[in-house]
Amino acid sequence: MDPVTRVTGRAVPLDRGDVDTDQIIPAPWMKRVERTGYADGLFEKWRADPSFVLNRPERSGATILVTGPNFGCGSSREHAPWALRDHGFRAIVAPSFADIFRGNLPNSGLVPAEAAPDVVAALMRATTDDPAATVTVDVASRTLDCPAAGVRAEPFSLDDSAHHRLVNGLDEIDLTLALADRIAAHERTRPAWLPKGRST
Amino acid sequence: MATTLADAIWDRHVIERAGAHGPAGRASADLLYVDLHLLHELTSPQAFEGLRAAGRSVRRPDLSVATADHNVPTDGSRLPLADRAADRQLRVQIDNCREFGVELHPLGSPGQGVVHVIGPELGLVQPGMTVVCGDSHTATLGAFGAIAFGIGTSQVEHVLATQTIRMARPSTMAVTVNGALRPGVTAKDLTLAVIARIGTGGGTGTLIEYRGAAIEALPMSGRMTVCNMAIEAGARAGLIAPDDTTFAYLEGRERSPRGALWERALDDWRTLRTEPGAAFDREAVIDASAVAPQVSWGTNPGQTVGVDGAVPDPASFADPAERAAAERALAYMGLAPGTAMRDVPISTVFIGSCTNGRLDDLRAAAGVLRGRRVHGRVRALAVPGSSEVKRQAEAEGLDAVFRAAGFEWRSSGCSMCVGMNGDTVPPGTHSASTSNRNFEGRQGPGARTHLVSPETAAASAVTGHLACAADLPS
Ligand code: SF4
Repeated sequence: MDPVTRVTGRAVPLDRGDVDTDQIIPAPWMKRVERTGYADGLFEKWRADPSFVLNRPERSGATILVTGPNFGCGSSREHAPWALRDHGFRAIVAPSFADIFRGNLPNSGLVPAEAAPDVVAALMRATTDDPAATVTVDVASRTLDCPAAGVRAEPFSLDDSAHHRLVNGLDEIDLTLALADRIAAHERTRPAWLPKGRST
Repeated sequence: MATTLADAIWDRHVIERAGAHGPAGRASADLLYVDLHLLHELTSPQAFEGLRAAGRSVRRPDLSVATADHNVPTDGSRLPLADRAADRQLRVQIDNCREFGVELHPLGSPGQGVVHVIGPELGLVQPGMTVVCGDSHTATLGAFGAIAFGIGTSQVEHVLATQTIRMARPSTMAVTVNGALRPGVTAKDLTLAVIARIGTGGGTGTLIEYRGAAIEALPMSGRMTVCNMAIEAGARAGLIAPDDTTFAYLEGRERSPRGALWERALDDWRTLRTEPGAAFDREAVIDASAVAPQVSWGTNPGQTVGVDGAVPDPASFADPAERAAAERALAYMGLAPGTAMRDVPISTVFIGSCTNGRLDDLRAAAGVLRGRRVHGRVRALAVPGSSEVKRQAEAEGLDAVFRAAGFEWRSSGCSMCVGMNGDTVPPGTHSASTSNRNFEGRQGPGARTHLVSPETAAASAVTGHLACAADLPS
């Protein structure tokens, strides 16, 4: 994975709360077996409306999504982060995220930036009024900047685990495989009654 | 210090603690051992692909079990399927499980079913375990006093490769349900009422322990229904301390321990309780006797009222975000504020899913339907949660009851819960559904879902509008 230390770019304001994963990408897209190619599924139903913000020409090329609380609630489908990534987003700014979704974003190199509601509201206003307004999500320092919104070095939260992996571009499986001895040691202590699958 | 059940189970599985210095540097979160990894066809193909690309193997194929549920047609079809994409996904799953040595219950096999239904049925989910699956409703399995949660595909790949998961320890929440549910009020009504009370974000970041007399009185099927929807309250998972009800369910199941091992397991399982005086980070207390049969009116499960209630006026919500959500929900649902819930006409009834697709649920619905007929405008589906549930239901004649009432009796799968396998609700019409999500489009484009219990779904099928069983003339 490539390190992600900061994301700077224009933003798409999506002023809704509780945006669920069925809206981010409808279930029929999950019949695919590939990891990429989900861009057209992103917000598919809302995009049928030509005035939907993501359809506006002045929003094309935006890399940051600014949205409402509890973003990504619903299913654990990672197709949702894949769709956001394939569309070109690199960071999502929201007052809060659904738990599983927040954990999934960094696996696709996306930054879940959870900021104070008034900061998100300021970004929402500024980026709604001015599609060219630039937002910076500084991952290394966990701060947000948006001159058009009067936002300067406002902190956002990003858990240490995600921060460490994003900034260093680490593959989590490699990190864990380095602990194979400890995993094996735990396996020797597991009770004998625990159930098993019929491995073939 | 006194420990909660969730923390006690968590501690038993920690391999490396957050903050520890290991070969890969400072650990950013706990590394947790996974006792059982369940897989379905939708969220696993990219994970196997990732393993293959990196030349990795599955560390513990013997702790992994897979089935096909989301994409399977429930009309009895077998491969090859007319839906080419679904057909390909099911074949890829068969190939992956064969290549990596994972037990698979494919379409058409006797063990096939919704993943969260077959795990308990086989006795694969036992108290004190950690269980993961690439599916948010894995929370269902917490009903056994296990920590069970949904993960994304990258994490599925991580678990396949390492049998562990890196995760920050969730905080804890106690939802205590005192008293007793009134007759005709079910576990589904209770779990909907809890979400309506604490909100869709009320459990965010927590493992919810459901406790109290009303929870202890529930059979395992009802406990699974309650834990199933913990995720709809935003929680990572829900769990319920194991007790004699749990042990009775497990005894004699195919993968349950036997003989001396069973006795040893029991001794251990009986210790799995939240210690007196243990503190939870959050608490909510619910009076079970105040819960009425519930119906959802909006597009998230928290937007729910009693069946005696009416569609609320968005202006009545003090919180601007909730008000805006209610306005959007009513626009999508085509409902006017003040409409009595009983006045909502329905086109479709779905009884099934991992929330309410177990034998007890089918029995309850059949109890309402016996000697009655489905209303002329309603299409009604009964979809057993697993092939085993289907066999048991047929052995006691429930299929005949459903058929005589005018229901379609289907094969097991996720069916109309997810609207991607051919079973959908017609656009712009209303359904009474025993599933768990009423999101826009969940049951098909434009579908307007009302979440209800099996009894309420059956009664609604008979009257042609939302109704509870007590409304029916006897
Ligand atoms: S029945 Fe519905 S909620 Fe349950 S696993 Fe299937 S799609 Fe998911």
